[in-house]
Amino acid sequence: MTVLDELARPATEDDTVCGVPARLVAAPASTAEAAALVAAAQDLSVVIRGAGTKLDWGPPPRSVDLIIDTGRLSGVVEHAAGDLIVIVRAGARLDEIKLGDQQLALDARPGATVGGTVATNDSGPRRLHYGTARDLLIGITVVRPDGRIAHSGGKVVKNVAGYDLGKLYTGAYGTLGLITECTFRLHPTPPAALFVRAVAPAAAAVAVRAARVAPAAVEIDSATGELAVLVEGTPAGTGERAATLAKLLGGEIGEIAPPWWGVPPWPAGGIGLKLGVPLSAVPELVASGAAVRGSAGAGVLYAAVADITAVEAIRGLCVRLGGHAVVLTAPPGVRETLDMWGPVPGLALMRRVKDQFDPGHRFAPGRFVGGI
Amino acid sequence: MNVIEALAERLRRELTPSRVLTDRQELRTYECDGLAHYKVIPALVALPHTAREVAAVVRACAEAGVPFVARGSGTGLSGGALPHADGVLIVTAQMRRIVEVAPADERAVVEPGVINLQVTKAAAPHGYYYAPDPSSQQICSIGGNVAENAGGAHCLKYGFTTNHVTGLEIVTPDGDLVRLGGHAPDTPGYDLVGAFVGSEGTLGIATEVTVRLTRQPESVRTLLAAFRSTDQAGAATSAIIGAGVVPAAIEMMDALAIEAAEAAVACGYPAGAAAVLIVELDGPAAEVAEQFEQVDRLCAASGAFEIRIAADDAERALFWKGRKSAFAAVGRISPDYIVQDGVIPRTALPEVLHRIGDLARARGVRVANVFHAGDGNLHPLVLFDDAVPGEAERAEEASGAIIDLCIEYGGSITGEHGVGADKAQYMPRMFTADDLDTMQLLRCAFDPQGLANPGKIFPTPRLCGERPGRGRAAGSLPGTGAAEVF
Repeated sequence: MTVLDELARPATEDDTVCGVPARLVAAPASTAEAAALVAAAQDLSVVIRGAGTKLDWGPPPRSVDLIIDTGRLSGVVEHAAGDLIVIVRAGARLDEIKLGDQQLALDARPGATVGGTVATNDSGPRRLHYGTARDLLIGITVVRPDGRIAHSGGKVVKNVAGYDLGKLYTGAYGTLGLITECTFRLHPTPPAALFVRAVAPAAAAVAVRAARVAPAAVEIDSATGELAVLVEGTPAGTGERAATLAKLLGGEIGEIAPPWWGVPPWPAGGIGLKLGVPLSAVPELVASGAAVRGSAGAGVLYAAVADITAVEAIRGLCVRLGGHAVVLTAPPGVRETLDMWGPVPGLALMRRVKDQFDPGHRFAPGRFVGGI
Repeated sequence: MNVIEALAERLRRELTPSRVLTDRQELRTYECDGLAHYKVIPALVALPHTAREVAAVVRACAEAGVPFVARGSGTGLSGGALPHADGVLIVTAQMRRIVEVAPADERAVVEPGVINLQVTKAAAPHGYYYAPDPSSQQICSIGGNVAENAGGAHCLKYGFTTNHVTGLEIVTPDGDLVRLGGHAPDTPGYDLVGAFVGSEGTLGIATEVTVRLTRQPESVRTLLAAFRSTDQAGAATSAIIGAGVVPAAIEMMDALAIEAAEAAVACGYPAGAAAVLIVELDGPAAEVAEQFEQVDRLCAASGAFEIRIAADDAERALFWKGRKSAFAAVGRISPDYIVQDGVIPRTALPEVLHRIGDLARARGVRVANVFHAGDGNLHPLVLFDDAVPGEAERAEEASGAIIDLCIEYGGSITGEHGVGADKAQYMPRMFTADDLDTMQLLRCAFDPQGLANPGKIFPTPRLCGERPGRGRAAGSLPGTGAAEVF
């Protein structure tokens, strides 16, 4: 019996990626087993699946011989509380990682895994204060497309030994191999958190910055016309800062986030985009009339649009403003005709990176920028 | 005409003759960086003024198969800018233009030769600063900071260079100018900015850097606490972190480091201290005041016999003066010394300090300890006298043993100085052959000929597919002399 026979099962009708049916599914239980699996799958195209919360992000793969499911690569390997670090397996669900009075400060989508969040560099409102996966990841273990296991970084926050491969794998959409373990820096969970909500223009974010209240998040929602700020810290400190903000914005203080907080603005089956623009361009983007929601503090927003013409319009605007617009998801039919990634600077270098790491172009073929 | 002569002729046409150096006396000026006991005289030095000129030099090197090394201010402490004897040294120090300060975008765009502190000075009128603050910030360049992923005392809270660079213009080892990232966050595609920062000049040369500017905090409070032992100071550090406080910085110096600092800059730290901690908090005023009291209490509870609170900026500067001058100050108490840079998990600090003391005693050398206690980044200074036969070797041995300790405790062989020429030999102790091979896949993607800063980071080059690497290591150089550091 071969390794593949042992580890893989035939795919069912549920095992599809953007409508592309898979042939086999395997769920390795360890990095070593994953390495053996990948080594045995050298003739197969591979797509990696975590909880599947973002499996419909990106163009459909050209083919899927094998889905590697990270469901059994779960759990916390080590939580060194005194050193403020955690080592977790890629298949662990972020909302199930319990760290006492510490937190892994990633705003994940409900049910999302560590591996999927890192592979898509997905982020949420608090990226303003804590950064994204690329900033919090300090070490990574991967299985290369040729089946070899590689590590970079380590378990100390400060470390400049060797290349930071964690950066390369963060946001690579599984095109460079399988992430099996991640080491993150942690933050203390703040004892208090307050939201200040106001109906205010996006330009009010400028006043928030000027107020030096160190917000954890500054979010806007074009549908309600609301701007909401999250402040975290000590009870007295947050209270004082929230009061300052409430006065500044003419808003209300509360302990509960607005219902739209961190929720993508597109309906299931709709067209959803991630926009990145320079901070000064956020008001103009919001004024364009598109349905946008996201971080006015960091310049990363999400948009829902109706059709391809609207995609082109909002992308054109973002590019003109010095940013970019990536279509994360779109319904079948639309997906095939869209350039989901848009223009990408440095693409020639990216192709060379792909060629080195995955010369057979087997991992997530066609899902990434420029058809990588 | 040999290869270098032909290259010199071409570059004199493409730059100007005065900015292409081949005279041996002039070349000697560039024989080392901040790690002065490694010395190699380059075959040629080029002093470009623009990105196009950098690209022209690199392209000429690529076409001639000549290795090249980039150098900023030359303050690096791992020999990262050590020249190649048969290669070209490309000095970016004259590219000092601040292209743009854009507070509304919280960004600045600068050329690689711009000095770190100049970025903060340019941003200050707008209420912003550039957060990464290596101790050499008055002289080190942003280009070098990018190459080394420079840190500093305040990276405990604010992160390293890599967390503050959002865009780059680079010259690839083929001589192409490529833009990556920009003012906007999360550029689609592989995070090549993230991969490039900290690659120590082995993936190309940055010719323009877009950095994130950080809002000046409303309040900054600093205290200096003196302890009877490093154990107490370590316990105080653990107590502060354990209480959920994220200080902007926690720095520790031991008795020998304090002695040196007093001799050099008369910083007036409390007499009789076996260790001092400098703890700085910044942020919203009310919050800082509240947590500062907590830190004060925790230091006292851990055994601090004197706690001074900086009353103003002048006093804060005095606290920091002792710390920031510590490396150079050691020259006052020892004719020669080695600056080490290693990382351990912070909780292992007290134990590792004892073991450093033991291994130093066993070798008959003294070690002064200065470090970023908050993140476990040690900077032991191994003191010796080169005039005493055998002492330099024993100091080298002690320095190497400290790195072995860092690895044993699951830390790193370098926290901020880089691998460079100095520590390539240690890489296989921290990483497997497959790890190093994987890193070199990235190298091969950028630099298949192996011409960009060969011999640094990796103990052995990897062959890139069908194009064999031509670069050779500069060779391990003997030397244990004093490093003139900043």
